[in-house]
Amino acid sequence: MTLPVIPKFPLARLLDVGLNWLTLHLAFITRAVASVVGGIIDGITAGLTWLPPWALIVIVGLLAWRAAGRRVAIWSVLGLAFLWNLRLWDATVSTFTLVLISTLIAVGIGLPIGIAAALSKRTGKVVMPVLDFMQTMPAFVYLIPAIPFFGLGAVSASVATVIFSTPPAIRLTILGINQVPHDLIEAADAFGSTRRQKLFKVQLPMALPTIMAGVNQTIMLALSMVVIAAMIGAGGLGGEVWRAIQRLEPGKGFTAGIAIVILAMVLDRITQRIGRRKEVAR
Amino acid sequence: MSKIRVEKLTKIFGSHPHEGLRMLDAGKSNQEIRAAGHAVGCANVCFDVEEGELLVVMGLSGSGKSTLIRCLNLLNSVTRGHVYVDGEDITAYSTKQLLEYRRRKISMVFQHFALFPYRTITDNAAYGLEVQGVNADQRRQRAREALQLVGLKGWEDAYPGQLSGGMQQRVGLARALAVKSDILLMDEAFSALDPLIRRDMQHELVQLQQRMKKTIVFITHDLDEALQLGDRIVLMKDGRVVQFGTPEDILNNPANAYVERFVEHVDLSRVLTARAALTRARVVAYPKDGPRTVLHKMNEENFTSIIVVERDYTFRGTISLDAAEQAVRDGARNIEGLIERTPAIGPDTQLTKVINALAAWPYSLPVVDETSGECLGVVTRTGVINVLADNPASGKQADDPGPPAAATHTAAVARGVSA
Ligand SMILES: Nc1ncnc2c1ncn2[C@@H]1O[C@H](COP(=O)(O)OP(=O)(O)OP(=O)(O)O)[C@@H](O)[C@H]1O
Ligand SMILES: [Mg+2]
Repeated sequence: MTLPVIPKFPLARLLDVGLNWLTLHLAFITRAVASVVGGIIDGITAGLTWLPPWALIVIVGLLAWRAAGRRVAIWSVLGLAFLWNLRLWDATVSTFTLVLISTLIAVGIGLPIGIAAALSKRTGKVVMPVLDFMQTMPAFVYLIPAIPFFGLGAVSASVATVIFSTPPAIRLTILGINQVPHDLIEAADAFGSTRRQKLFKVQLPMALPTIMAGVNQTIMLALSMVVIAAMIGAGGLGGEVWRAIQRLEPGKGFTAGIAIVILAMVLDRITQRIGRRKEVAR
Repeated sequence: MSKIRVEKLTKIFGSHPHEGLRMLDAGKSNQEIRAAGHAVGCANVCFDVEEGELLVVMGLSGSGKSTLIRCLNLLNSVTRGHVYVDGEDITAYSTKQLLEYRRRKISMVFQHFALFPYRTITDNAAYGLEVQGVNADQRRQRAREALQLVGLKGWEDAYPGQLSGGMQQRVGLARALAVKSDILLMDEAFSALDPLIRRDMQHELVQLQQRMKKTIVFITHDLDEALQLGDRIVLMKDGRVVQFGTPEDILNNPANAYVERFVEHVDLSRVLTARAALTRARVVAYPKDGPRTVLHKMNEENFTSIIVVERDYTFRGTISLDAAEQAVRDGARNIEGLIERTPAIGPDTQLTKVINALAAWPYSLPVVDETSGECLGVVTRTGVINVLADNPASGKQADDPGPPAAATHTAAVARGVSA
């Protein structure tokens, strides 16, 4: 018995055609985005590398102290000094810049979408499946179409990174707002708050620790993606790893890997504490 | 004009409230309506609240108290019926009018406090003013005044999490007082507090009420609290009003078996006053009577003491049997010298206190109106026991027609429970 042959559904071809069409017709937009974002990234990187490393380390140390206390500050300073010592400073700065930009964009997009989805059930119903799609799609795949749109390099990397790291910002914003106790909302209503007052005076402040947890996750995801994005020429610490792989130099590869871990820990500890401190303050 | 008038207020929960309404009108029971996917919150509720009155809404869990009170500031939409506040139908308000109404005229204290944990006590108390757009200095000032009023001076910069439950509820109260609204809604505001603090808060609320003359709608499922606080009480069951009246009405004339069961377990001695245990003095003495007359009256009635009143019933004191006998033996002419000063009690004295007073005084206690000085009757041990035994007959004796030989020898001070 032979099964009837059902011809393969040409999904890949269809997507290619679609993406090509988009590339062709949206090129003027994507080029503009690329040059603006590229300019910003270059500017920040230039600024940060212009500062002497020790100055930047001191600044981060002070920030860490204010946001998260002495312990975190000391470990951050030691960790960053070690990166400097490993001669990985420039790579660290360029990776950090990408993470910073991507996170800012991701939160800038994620927060309003999260608020809209939390406040309107209908928006929520549209947003949720899109988030599921964005998060389960393997991260590498985003890199492929990014290149025709934005060219090889940091901009493509940051676009792919934003797509990959926005979902937690949205999800935790929704969660944070939905978790606000019902009686607080009622108290706000009972005193005659407008929707806007309710949002800014009650819902967002109450959701802040959760939103900050989302920002923290966004940063971590952005960092992991930025490293992967080295494959499309993002450079930085990921670039070091990528080069080590191609040249089969395990020592260098691990060194860069450890540097990424240190950067991740510094960013994580500092941002994690920002959210938590708000909670302790009650 | 009443401050608040609630007219045939009905609230049905569910996605098709009007279908529920039809079933309700068709006389279906709450259970049947619930089975069809609707929930009756309250049904055809009518009552009114006077300016400056403290109205208590009472009922078991699920009887629709919260639903009702939340219709008064439209946290619940109203399915049918009207709520008039100062003559205006608030159910017809536009969004803007409603906002203004909630900001200026009505404020609410919540069962579980509902304080904002990220705001200081002052900023919590100032929330209503902040929403109104009052500038920061002014609203902090007014918030601090409100906090002082509820006894939280010195805690202005603390956070709610640092306060005990009782203090948190004071903040809730201050938040509601700070906006200086006419109407205060309190949904089981004291239920989450432990009994001692609760008693304090009740006491303070009564004092605040006397000073500020707000119109208060207070919810409780605790009859003691209701009787303690309420000028009038709305008693609810299954979303309907089963009785609406003063505490005394409800205790003395329970409208039906439900109310009776509700009332059954109350500690009557704390709730009832001397008025309820009052019996009229069937035989009294007058200052102009001679010792012999007085002794005769007492012997006739088997009294061990007799109260002395003026013709207009102004209370003078009592004369004991021993003193009267002694005076007759001594051949005294009048009784002025025999009248003993007596610990009279007011008609609104709690029965607990009456019992204590009776323990310290060998005879029955005269009940005297504090302002007019008029003697309303006496409280005897038997009278108190009868009332506490939930035997209304003993109290009602005073309603009987006067004794046959009323005219000159006896004065019927016929002012009993019904007064
Ligand atoms: N949001 C709602 N949706 C559906 N049904 C509701 C809702 N709120 C209240 N009900 C129903 O309305 C009825 C009255 O509830 P309500 O909360 O007014 O009672 P309550 O007297 O305040 O009780 P409690 O003493 O427990 O607070 C109950 O049967 C309840 O199930
Ligand atoms: Mg309730």
